[in-house]
Amino acid sequence: MTPDTHFKEGLAAGEIRLQRCAACDTHIFFPRVLCPACHGTDLTWVTASGAGEVYTFTTVRQRPERGGDYNVAMVELAEGVRMMTRVDGDPQAVKVGMPVTAYVGDIDGTPAVLCRKSEA
Amino acid sequence: MDHALRGKSAIVGLGVAGLGEAPGYTSWDIMAQSAQAALADAGLALKDVDGLFCAMMEDSMPVLMAAEYLGIRPRHVDGTLTGGSSFVNYLASATAALDAGLCDVALVCYGSNQRTASGKLVTASRLPPFEAPYKPRYPVSGYAMAAQRHMHQYGTTREQLADVAVAARGWASHNPQAFMRDPITRGDVLAARMVSDPLGKLDCCLVTDGGGAIVLTRADRAKDHAKTPVYVLGAAAESTHRQISQMPDFTVTAARESGKRAFAMAGVKPSDIDVLQLYDAFTINIILFLEDLGYCAKGEGGAFVEGGRIAPGGALPVNTYGGGLSCTHPGMLGIFTIIEAAHQIRGTAPGLQLDGVDLALAHGNGGVLSSQVTAILGSEATL
Ligand SMILES: [Zn+2]
Repeated sequence: MTPDTHFKEGLAAGEIRLQRCAACDTHIFFPRVLCPACHGTDLTWVTASGAGEVYTFTTVRQRPERGGDYNVAMVELAEGVRMMTRVDGDPQAVKVGMPVTAYVGDIDGTPAVLCRKSEA
Repeated sequence: MDHALRGKSAIVGLGVAGLGEAPGYTSWDIMAQSAQAALADAGLALKDVDGLFCAMMEDSMPVLMAAEYLGIRPRHVDGTLTGGSSFVNYLASATAALDAGLCDVALVCYGSNQRTASGKLVTASRLPPFEAPYKPRYPVSGYAMAAQRHMHQYGTTREQLADVAVAARGWASHNPQAFMRDPITRGDVLAARMVSDPLGKLDCCLVTDGGGAIVLTRADRAKDHAKTPVYVLGAAAESTHRQISQMPDFTVTAARESGKRAFAMAGVKPSDIDVLQLYDAFTINIILFLEDLGYCAKGEGGAFVEGGRIAPGGALPVNTYGGGLSCTHPGMLGIFTIIEAAHQIRGTAPGLQLDGVDLALAHGNGGVLSSQVTAILGSEATL
């Protein structure tokens, strides 16, 4: 199974799958055929815990009739990977360093990694 | 010991066309007008060009299209597309190609009609697949997230970002080629419509038409041309990522390495530079590049630009033509950073001309803070 296929099948099953390099222990996102840290090719798959925090974010401004403002965030997962995602809820409530939980949701009918603010 | 390519090439022609609005003209028309202007400035003709360096958003093989349009058959071409930094990158590759005898007359050219044709920034490609679903507004959202992280980590303020825009307008107000010349204040920048927080409309570059071109030859032939030659003393690149989510640290750009190597090649240090032309797609760019190029410590860029330090009359002249924020931004700005740096050394700037400029820095940025290229240009006295 190709890296892309494995990742997409994970999303379809409600799992966020990350690669892990057997040689240097680095977790890898986006999926690929080699480790960008040590260039090893012995990669295994793990399911992300979902724990993470907001590294940075922006509020994209949009007129209310077109759907209103929305959040775009960079989230760092506990495994050490960073990905673009979206934090649910009021965009103005998002803060750098805010703990979030990543989950598989849906954007325009396609499974996608989304985040919600973690309970304190 | 001197770097093998230090001072081996010189810019002998500069040209621009269609700055602001050029309704009805195609990007290729504007590119060709720029090329003709630069060649005329050098006392050369299109038939003399045997090295062609061109990046355009219109076609995936821009340098082939450009050669076809111009009716030339160059023996050396380079169309490497690293976004807006492409043209500063060509200073390095053209110098190497000239030095190696792969060509004798190198034309670097660009044109865009993005303002009158589409009214928005034209981008070369689809969004990366792992970013597209979240609909970042490209490219501003990437820069906005860098600004947000910088503010979080170092306490940089929107007021400090605004000072970058105010300084750019200050220079532009003296430049008849600049598209926006009415003075603005910090308050105007802060009150402008938000686009992608924390960046508002006046934190963003203009969307204009325009083209630019330069002509380079080997240094030993440079004095045969009519205008004062401007020598390429150093040029260096580094790239870190394509997708903004993969940028190693959103507060540190590859300008650290490109700058370090360009200064080393030129044999000069940041404080030796008389004028800086930095790629200002957004206000945060200037703060990041001043830090990464060694003009202040990491995190101090916000305080550094306060009080008009980079504005007309300030201690460090930055973007003396008004930059992408106030003069022109036809999608890729890199060629204009070179043109203004060269004008300042020649003494022919269209706006405010500084006295006694011997060393100028031109810095190109491409992608979303992805590709960084720094060039150091010098007068004959610096050889
Ligand atoms: Zn590895």
